[in-house]
Amino acid sequence: MNPFSRFLVELQDISFLFWRMLRGLRKQPRYFDEMIRQMDSIGVGSLAIVSLTGFFTGCVLILQAYPTLEYYGAQSSAGQSVAITLIRELGPVLCALMVAGRVGSAISAELGSMVVSQQIDAMRALGTSPARKLVTPRVIALVVTLPLLTVAADVFGLIGGGIIARYLYALDANTYITSLRAGITIQDIIGGVIKPLAFGFIIGLISCHKGLTTQGGTVGVGKSTTDAVVLSSITVIIADFFLSKVLQGFFGNTLF
Amino acid sequence: MFETETISRQQSPISPIVPAIEFRDVDLAFDDRVILDAINFTVRRGETKIVLGGSGSGKSTIIKLILGLLRPDAGTVLVDGEDITNADEQELTEMRKKIGMVFQEGALFDSLSVYDNVAYRLAEEGIDDDEIEHEVIRMLRFVDLEDAIDKMPIELSGGMRRRVGIARALVGSPSIVLFDEPTAGLDPPTARTICELAIKLRDLEGVSSIFVTHEMNNLKYLSSEYAIVDGEGQVFFEQEGDKLCIINTKVMMIKQGNIIFDGTDEELKLSKDPYIHRFITGR
Ligand SMILES: Nc1ncnc2c1ncn2[C@@H]1O[C@H](COP(=O)(O)OP(=O)(O)O)[C@@H](O)[C@H]1O
Ligand SMILES: [Mg+2]
Repeated sequence: MNPFSRFLVELQDISFLFWRMLRGLRKQPRYFDEMIRQMDSIGVGSLAIVSLTGFFTGCVLILQAYPTLEYYGAQSSAGQSVAITLIRELGPVLCALMVAGRVGSAISAELGSMVVSQQIDAMRALGTSPARKLVTPRVIALVVTLPLLTVAADVFGLIGGGIIARYLYALDANTYITSLRAGITIQDIIGGVIKPLAFGFIIGLISCHKGLTTQGGTVGVGKSTTDAVVLSSITVIIADFFLSKVLQGFFGNTLF
Repeated sequence: MFETETISRQQSPISPIVPAIEFRDVDLAFDDRVILDAINFTVRRGETKIVLGGSGSGKSTIIKLILGLLRPDAGTVLVDGEDITNADEQELTEMRKKIGMVFQEGALFDSLSVYDNVAYRLAEEGIDDDEIEHEVIRMLRFVDLEDAIDKMPIELSGGMRRRVGIARALVGSPSIVLFDEPTAGLDPPTARTICELAIKLRDLEGVSSIFVTHEMNNLKYLSSEYAIVDGEGQVFFEQEGDKLCIINTKVMMIKQGNIIFDGTDEELKLSKDPYIHRFITGR
């Protein structure tokens, strides 16, 4: 099969998986326990790395932007410059990439080994749909927790930026906070939450799909894990561009 | 030797003449590779069909077709006389309730304890806990593994995993049981225990089954011994010929997706086909 038709087949499989998941939502049992367990391992488990990522991203943003701002005499806008970059773009995207690396790989490795050890076949033979039992709880857990994680990353980023501005560049803390307040609009916040909703969905569906279509034994598990991370990361970045465009269309281009 | 309680199998309204499993001209190919080529066979009610064949000959594929885990490219698969070839997922789920499946390596759920593995099917159906517990203990007693009830699959030996897999498959008293190489990689006494379980299901419970294997001693046990229960509920295994009896076991051999033999074990031993001869004698 050439790469283009393989892509189409893959897209079709993912859509079917999504469809089975949607149809399964109407039926009992709904596996709430599993969903809560997944939220715990995905959400709580990723909080530390996501906060750390956010924190240092905020730090480096100020580190790089401050000299330029100073050159133009715009030090007082330091808070705003971090806030906009972080909340609109870097928070959601970096957070999604970290989660794709940590959770996407875990999901596809887990489902992949279940395929290889015939646990998925066993599940179906015992009358359970893997789409409902395994995919739905994971996708929903990601869709719920990724926005929360993104908020955590944003907050830590703003704190990190503040610390660097205050202690490295001796910017007055009040100036930073005032500028933050002025810089963040409600549109930014809505956009910054809509994006991770979409990203969580993308990571969940792609990783589950890659895991469930694992072929060729243990080697296959490694391959589908890699594929899951690469494909969901790339899709997140591409989707980010289009989402930003759509959000701009909705909210108008509110730069500075 | 195990104690057994008699399992009450649901009286099916299906006539005993209707075969438990039937394949009609079933073809299957993966990409351009033909895996099964116009396969025809039947497993009659209460019969055990031993399926022999080298690795990669298509044995597991046949089993997956019966469960509806794969669909044939052409031909018909019938379970209890019902055509499952075009059944939707809901109909397949209903059909699968009649079938117990024992997977090659056990395929236990790693994240669940032995109890939860065996209870899986009932828990999914929303049966209440007391009833589940009773059934799980009964099934674990059948495979002689009551002590392992709280263990995780990772703590079990290969033979124990298979037996838990059997217990899980037998929950709900299915009328058809499929064994996919249940003794592969086990030591001879443990393999013998697994065969005894299959014999008990055949002779005491009237289960129809497919028993995939490539070990000749499995064939010997299943086709020459039968199980009886004495007045105290003790199960004994007796050799064919001690008393006159006809053992309800047939043998089928597959080679590269074709059935090259289908008949009794005596006929198999008399076969002149050099491949079959090599397969049973090893040279
Ligand atoms: N999902 C699949 N995709 C492609 N080929 C497969 C797949 N499953 C099985 N096969 C091939 O089909 C053949 C029969 O497999 P199988 O039924 O598992 O053999 P066995 O008799 O050892 O159980 C093998 O050659 C195997 O490589
Ligand atoms: Mg096999």
